[in-house]
Amino acid sequence: MSQSTDINGHNETFPTDETPTNISRRRFLLASAGVAAGALVLGFGLPLDTARARGATAAAGSPPRVPAFLEIRPDGGIRLQSPFNEGGQGIFTAMAQIVGEELDADPTHFLVENAPPGKQYTVMSNGMRITGGSMSVRFGYTAMRRIGALARMMLLQAAAHQWGIAVGELTTEPGRVIHKASGKSLDYGQLAPHAMALAVPDADSVKLKDPGQFRWIGKPVKRVDVYDKSTGRVEYTIDTRVDGMLQAAVQHAPRLGMTVGRIRNEAQIKAMKGVHSVHILDGAVAVVAERWWNAKRAAETAQVDWQEPKPDPSARHMPTDFSTKSYREHLANASGDGETAESKGHVGDALKGAQTVVNATYSSQYVHHAQLEPPSALAHFHDDGTLEIWLPNQAPDMFLADIAKRAGVDADKIILHSPMLGGFFGRHFLYGPGNPYMQAVQLAKATGRPIKLIWSREEEFLRDPMRPMAVVKFRGGLDANGMPVALEAISATEGPTEGIANQRSKKKVDDSAVEGLTGKAYAIPNRRIAQLYVKTPAMLAYWRSVGHSMNDFLYETFLDELADKGGQDPFELRMKLLKGNQRLTHLLQAVAELAGGWKRGPFTAADGSRRARGVAMASPFGSQTAAIAEVSLENGQVRVHDIWQAVDPGSIVNPAIIDAQVAGATALGLSEVLLEEAVYENGQPRARNYDMYPILPPDRMPKVHARIVESGAKMGGIGEPPLPATPPAVANAVSHLTGQRIRSMPLSQYDFSA
Amino acid sequence: MELHINGKTYSVQSEGDTPLLWVIRDELGLTGTKYGCGIAQCGACSVLVDGEVMRSCVTPVEGVKGRNITTIEGVEEDPIGQRVVAAWVEHQVPQCGYCQSGQVMAATSLLKQTPQPSEAQIAASMTNLCRCGTYNAISAAVQDLAGGGPSAAAEKARMQAATAANGRGMRS
Repeated sequence: MSQSTDINGHNETFPTDETPTNISRRRFLLASAGVAAGALVLGFGLPLDTARARGATAAAGSPPRVPAFLEIRPDGGIRLQSPFNEGGQGIFTAMAQIVGEELDADPTHFLVENAPPGKQYTVMSNGMRITGGSMSVRFGYTAMRRIGALARMMLLQAAAHQWGIAVGELTTEPGRVIHKASGKSLDYGQLAPHAMALAVPDADSVKLKDPGQFRWIGKPVKRVDVYDKSTGRVEYTIDTRVDGMLQAAVQHAPRLGMTVGRIRNEAQIKAMKGVHSVHILDGAVAVVAERWWNAKRAAETAQVDWQEPKPDPSARHMPTDFSTKSYREHLANASGDGETAESKGHVGDALKGAQTVVNATYSSQYVHHAQLEPPSALAHFHDDGTLEIWLPNQAPDMFLADIAKRAGVDADKIILHSPMLGGFFGRHFLYGPGNPYMQAVQLAKATGRPIKLIWSREEEFLRDPMRPMAVVKFRGGLDANGMPVALEAISATEGPTEGIANQRSKKKVDDSAVEGLTGKAYAIPNRRIAQLYVKTPAMLAYWRSVGHSMNDFLYETFLDELADKGGQDPFELRMKLLKGNQRLTHLLQAVAELAGGWKRGPFTAADGSRRARGVAMASPFGSQTAAIAEVSLENGQVRVHDIWQAVDPGSIVNPAIIDAQVAGATALGLSEVLLEEAVYENGQPRARNYDMYPILPPDRMPKVHARIVESGAKMGGIGEPPLPATPPAVANAVSHLTGQRIRSMPLSQYDFSA
Repeated sequence: MELHINGKTYSVQSEGDTPLLWVIRDELGLTGTKYGCGIAQCGACSVLVDGEVMRSCVTPVEGVKGRNITTIEGVEEDPIGQRVVAAWVEHQVPQCGYCQSGQVMAATSLLKQTPQPSEAQIAASMTNLCRCGTYNAISAAVQDLAGGGPSAAAEKARMQAATAANGRGMRS
C-alpha cells in the first residue's frame, strides 16, 4: 500500500498491485480529479513513490493523478479512460463498445478520455501501450472486456446486498440490474454508491460473454465523438491554453543538424510588435510573444547565420548536396545481395532454369504525414518544479520518459496530457528533432512562463520525418507456362525503425523496411527477399501502414509485370498462386464479386471514357486485403473512378468504423500513388506547404466500395490495412490502360497524354 | 476595432493586418476555427462573413470590421448551420475532426446561397482538404441536405436526449 497526504492532513492510500481495484473511497484525490461523489471507480495501483510525490505536490497546486480506469457515476454516467488515443480511427468508440458490452451499458453514453501515462494502462497483450500498428483493438480486446465484466459483477453484488438476494438470481439489462422473479430493478447509477466498498472480484471469477450474445460488438454503433467534432468543440493540443501563457514560433535551420551562429537582426525582431523575447535553440531560433501570429512573423523575419555542425555520427545531418534525385540513383547503384529477410527454395538455381527471366527496378518515394493539425506543445512549470505538458503523442509513457531524461525533470514530477489528435498517420511517435515539445520545455524554463509552441506548416514540412524511399531490384523467373517459379527482391533502403533509432538494425534486416515484400502468400516455390542497408541523411518515420505503404506497391506491380510477360491475366494468376489458400481465394473472389465480376478491360464506359481495372492484395497487420481499381485518363492524368476493397480482419468490433477506415486509408493510398512525393534539392525540401506538396483533394476522390469478410481467423488490425493494396491496384490498371509499365510513384510525374 | 462575431460585438486590439483566424483563436479564444496551412490551401480556417465562406487565415481583420462573422461556435444558431451539423452527425462524417469545422462552414455557406445545389455545384464549393479521407461522407451529407436532408428538429431532439443522458458527448 502506498500513502498520499493532502494539505489538510487526510491520508489516502492506493494499492500498489496491478490488478483492478475499487478506489471509490479515495475521495480526496478522486474529487480533485473531477470524479463524481458516490461514483464506483475501478482503478489500478500507483507505485509507492509516485503516490507520495503526488501527495507532496498537491500542496503546490499542480493537479493530482488518479489511477481511475472506469467510473460509474450516481447519475448513471460512465467515464472510461482509454489506453489508446483518438485521432480519427474511432478507438474511443471501439473501447466504449468493448467495455460496454461486458458491463452491459450503452457505449454511446460513455464519456471517453485518453488515459494519462502509467503502467496500469498497459492493457495490450504484448505488454506495450502505443496507439499504432493497428494494434489497439486486437491487443486490448480481452483486457478491456474483463474490466467491463468485473464492474458488472460488482454492480450485481451491490444489488444482491441491497435486496438480500443471491447474485445468481440477478441479471442485467443495459444500465441496470434486474431481479426477474420479483420485477425489481436498480440503475447502475443508483447502485454505484453501494458498490464503492466492495472488493473487485477475482478476474478469473467472471465469465466473458459468448460472442453470439453480443449486443454492441459487431454492430455499427454511432461514434461517441462525432457531435463535438462537427461543432468545433474538441480541444486538440494546438487549442490548449493556461493562464499566463505566452506563445512561441520557430525558424528551423534550413538543413537538419545546422546550428545558430548569430541572429543578424536580433534587435530588429526584438522590437517587433508583441515580441517578448528571442531565443537560440538547438537548430532553431525561437520568438516568444503574447500572440502566436506576432511570434511567427518575428521568427520568419529573423536573419540567421547558420553553421555547419561538427562531425557527430550520433546525430543526423542533412548535407548541402543531398537531393532525392541523386539519392535515388545512389540507391539504384548500391550493389550486393543484401541481408536475407525471407527465403524459400533456391532462387538462383530456379532463375537459371527458368524459361524467361524478368529483371526490373522499382522505387518508392519520400512522403509526408501532412496531418492537418500542425504539431504543437504547451509546457507549464508549476512553482514546485512540476512540469505539466500537453502534446500530441501516440505513446504517452515513452514521451514521458523521454521528457524526463532530456529535460532533467524527475518522471514523477511530469504531468503529461495527450489531447485528441488532429490526424496522426504515424506522425506522433518519438522523432528527436522532429517533435516540438523539447523546444516548448526549454522556452518555458527560459522565460519562467507557460509556453505554447506551434510549428507553422512551413516549419513542420521542414522537420516532418518521412516514410523511407527504397529502390528494389526484382528478378523473376517464369516457366514454359508463364507461371512464376522464382522471385527475388533486393531492397536498397534504410528502414523506418533503424532510421528512427539512427542505428542499423542488429538483426541486419529492419522488418519495417521489408514488410510487404516479405509475408506474401503467393506460392512461388523459390524466393528470396533481402535488404541492402543504405543510410540516408533524411529523418525517417512510420507512415500509415509503414513498410507496407510502399512494399505492396512494389511487389504487386512487379507481379503484374510477371503476369504480362507470362501471358497471364493478373487476377487469374493470383488465384492460381493462392490455390489451396481458402481464406485468400475467398477474399479475392469477394472483391471481384463486389466489383461485379473481374474484367481487366480496357473497355469503354457509359460516359465514353476508356477504362481499365487493376487488382492487388496485401497482408498487413494481421489482416488480409484485396482491392480492384478502375481508372481512365483525363488530360494526360489518371482519374480513379472506383475502388472496391475486401478486408478480412478475422473478426470485428464496429463495421461502420471499419467502412470509414477503408475509405480513409484508401484515400491516403490514392494520395500517395497519384500525387505525393517529398522532393529535396540542395539539402532542402522543395515543398513547405500544401501548394507544392498536394494531397488528395475532394475532386480526386473515387467511389469506395468496402466489403468486410469475417473469416473467424485471429483478429487483425483495421486502421492501416486498407491502404497497401490501393496504390498497386491503381498502378496496375494504369499500366494496362496505357501500355506503359508503372514502376514508381506518384503517377503525377508521368504524362500520359501522348 | 469592433468585430461582430456570432451575434456579439467584440472590441479587439490586434493590428489591422493580422489574419482574422488569429484574432478569433488567440485574442478571442474561439478555437473551433483551425489553423492548417496559413495560405488558403486547406480550408480548415473557414468562417462565414455575411453568410459567405472565407478562409480566415488570409483575411486581414481590418477588412471584416462591421460585417457579420459566423464561426463554428455560432453555426447552430443558424437554422441552415443546424441542419448541416445534424447531417454531419447522421452521416457520421468526422474522423479526426480537425478539418470539420471548416467543412461544416463551407457546407453552410453553400446551402445559404444555393439551397438545392447540384452535384457539380457541391463539388465546386466543397474544396476543403481532409487528410482522413472523409470526402465521400461529406458529399453524401451535403447531397442529403440538398435534397431536404434529415429533419433537423428530429435530429436536434435526438441529440439533446443523448446529451442529457451523457453530461456531454465527449471530452478530449
